[in-house]
Amino acid sequence: MTDTPIIQTRALTRAYPGVIALNRVDFDLRRGEVHVLFGENGAGKSTLISLLAGANTPTDGEILVDGRNVQFSTVADAQAAGIFTVFQEFSLIPTMTVAQNMFLGREPGYGPFTDHRAMRKSAQALLDSLGFDVPVGETVVHLSRAQQQMVEIAKAFHGDPKVLILDEPTASLTDREVDHLFATILRLRERGVAIIYISHRINEFERIADRVTVLRDGAYIGTTAMADTDEATLVEMMAGRAIRDIYPDIPHAPGDVLLEVKNLTAWGVRGASVTARRGEVLGMAGLVGAGKSRLFRAIMGIQKIHGGTVHWKGRDITGAPTRHVIGAGIHYLSSDRKDEGLDLAKSSWQNLEIDLMMGREARGPMIRPRALRSVAGDIFEKVELRDSYRSQVVAQLSGGNQQKVLFAKSFGHDTDLYIFDEPTVGVDMGTRAALYRLIGDIAASGKAVIVISSDLPEVLNLSHRVLVMTEGRISAELTGDARTEDNVLRYFFDDNGESA
Amino acid sequence: MTTATDSAPRNNLLKRMFIRLGVLPFFLGIALIVFALLSDKFLTVQNLVNVGRQSVYLILVSLGQMLVLISGGFDLSVGTVIALASVVSASVMVAMAPVFPDAVWLAIAIGALAGFGSALVVGGINGIGVAVFGVSPFIMTLGVSSVGAGLALFLTGGVPVSGLPYAFGNVFGFGRLWGVPVPVIAAAFCVLAMWVLMARTRLGAQIYAVGGNIKAAHLSAINTRRTLMIAYILCSLIAALTGLLLTARVETGEANLGGTIALESIAACVIAGVSLRGGLGRVETVVLGGFFIILVQNGMNLAQVSSYMQMVLLGALLILAVIFDQLRYRMIMSGR
Repeated sequence: MTDTPIIQTRALTRAYPGVIALNRVDFDLRRGEVHVLFGENGAGKSTLISLLAGANTPTDGEILVDGRNVQFSTVADAQAAGIFTVFQEFSLIPTMTVAQNMFLGREPGYGPFTDHRAMRKSAQALLDSLGFDVPVGETVVHLSRAQQQMVEIAKAFHGDPKVLILDEPTASLTDREVDHLFATILRLRERGVAIIYISHRINEFERIADRVTVLRDGAYIGTTAMADTDEATLVEMMAGRAIRDIYPDIPHAPGDVLLEVKNLTAWGVRGASVTARRGEVLGMAGLVGAGKSRLFRAIMGIQKIHGGTVHWKGRDITGAPTRHVIGAGIHYLSSDRKDEGLDLAKSSWQNLEIDLMMGREARGPMIRPRALRSVAGDIFEKVELRDSYRSQVVAQLSGGNQQKVLFAKSFGHDTDLYIFDEPTVGVDMGTRAALYRLIGDIAASGKAVIVISSDLPEVLNLSHRVLVMTEGRISAELTGDARTEDNVLRYFFDDNGESA
Repeated sequence: MTTATDSAPRNNLLKRMFIRLGVLPFFLGIALIVFALLSDKFLTVQNLVNVGRQSVYLILVSLGQMLVLISGGFDLSVGTVIALASVVSASVMVAMAPVFPDAVWLAIAIGALAGFGSALVVGGINGIGVAVFGVSPFIMTLGVSSVGAGLALFLTGGVPVSGLPYAFGNVFGFGRLWGVPVPVIAAAFCVLAMWVLMARTRLGAQIYAVGGNIKAAHLSAINTRRTLMIAYILCSLIAALTGLLLTARVETGEANLGGTIALESIAACVIAGVSLRGGLGRVETVVLGGFFIILVQNGMNLAQVSSYMQMVLLGALLILAVIFDQLRYRMIMSGR
């Protein structure tokens, strides 16, 4: 380790009208270390990396690379300095192949002609070296989200980075893929690459982190070596208070069967049977692409049902259109809040009010804005969305607050069964605790809850009963003490131990 | 229910006005100053009243166009609907007049209904194409526009339909009620109805929601296909109403009415802050947008700008408005 940090910031500040997103932060990154940025949503992590990545410019303070003062005005500037970033938002072109995406703008070839074979070959070599199992010739749109994420990461590695910034890279990866990624990160560290890693999941990054820097409310709280700290300390630094246990105790009082699915087949689902009861949280675990999400999207009428039956309170609702399923009392919270959850250019109020109009407050063709506003206010209280965020355009909110708005929308309908698909993707610890409390309250009030999640601790800690899906089938049902991480993992893969 | 700009508290006034209303107030101010300098007849009460009366037709069509734009599409076939409604209603009125010699209003009513019927068909086809088959609104309405224009010419052999009942033109073309021209009353009624629709009904909110994020709207229990269908059909019906009013004005059924109105109505909407991405836009400003386009045309006429050059300027104005729309959208999303 040489003395000059590869990146150093001095009093780095980014202010917006009315809010200081990053307030005089001093941060340093050493060669060959994995440095985790930790903090709640809105703590300034994303702002800090957007400044380092050249995607945004500071309003005050300075950035030093190798001890020299730099000013990045574009992402390309930062890349020229050896700083590569994998943002949470994907930047892939869906209609192009994996190889084309990886070599976008730097295609190998002669003059204007692209050497496609060479391109595929080196793309393959890079993916292999990273341990990512992604077909290079495949069009990106046909890949799973996890595979897209891998391509995104590979794209950054391709530039031979001195500094690699990863913004929640594991949000949609399975544990096995995460292992690959971590192995790769450690290999890069050996080569002297410095890595900034943003994550909310302590039990994940404690395996690779050298140092951790905690931010809160745009301010620098402290930096500590991972070896010298523990989860409780970090969480306390992040939240400014101790969060003893983020998972609530949910009373288990199973009542009537509400949903009964028999032998359902659909695209990616090959015969699955599920029941959901009042007063119970049912967890759906499985690898990305195992069909746990598609099963419920088929029930909701978002994708076609090919066979099997769906009964709701004894009534056959197989193949009913989405709005009728919602009207009957089932709500589905999408795993992709930006693409199919929220209207990003509208305020939180407007996003919630449309659901109230279609659901609980649907009376006649006219709307009563004042009545709507008051009901919406109560719901925002319930999901703990702060007053000042309510009239703000949703696109401007942090991931955690956007997720609160999405949760609020599900309370806009008369619902007996809540299906939460990846309810805490890209959500900070504090917000996650709040959302878990909400889920607990719903179940305790005698409604049925289904939690679909790739986050194992989440499924295991929230659910009374866990179904594991493998390749479109239910491979196990775990209750009571059988709900352990080892058990679930065992059923993730087929008998021969191979994944799909 | 409307724009998304209760935020950004301490921005300066101009920026807030831009985010809330779009580029219109600025354009309107510039136009008033420039044309007032170019011609001293421009800024007179008489001229402005005149502009107001002439802009009725464009305002009507723009209201329909706004619905479709907010739903996330656009309608290039509004001009064709005007032509088709004109030709169909005129032909039916002329045919019905001898059948009901003592009841001229019955003949007029049947003719008008036929005109609206043809618009219903056009709007329905647009809606089915876009909502059910997922055809891009651009191609769908462009194709339908060609079909409709061809039909209108085919039905009449390219010859204007004359011999309409006098009462039709007298009332709907030149009539006055309480001293106000009938077309103005019709437009005022439509503006009011449209405002109620967009600001106070669930259907209006659904149109905003579908244009804002159709997948999210679907998951909020909105019947997205039905909503899109209704937007296209209402747009066509309003265009047909405009066609009837214009027919009454010229007292013939003509297949070349409404030639450039598709472009003009889109320009009026975009200038008035209706986003081409869908989901954003307000009735009040669209009315002003339609008025603005006619005002500019009037100003250019007074300043003796040739009609060819006017085409150039109108197109340039639309492009400029779209660029500003893009900037505004970015400001809304980033809060900057």
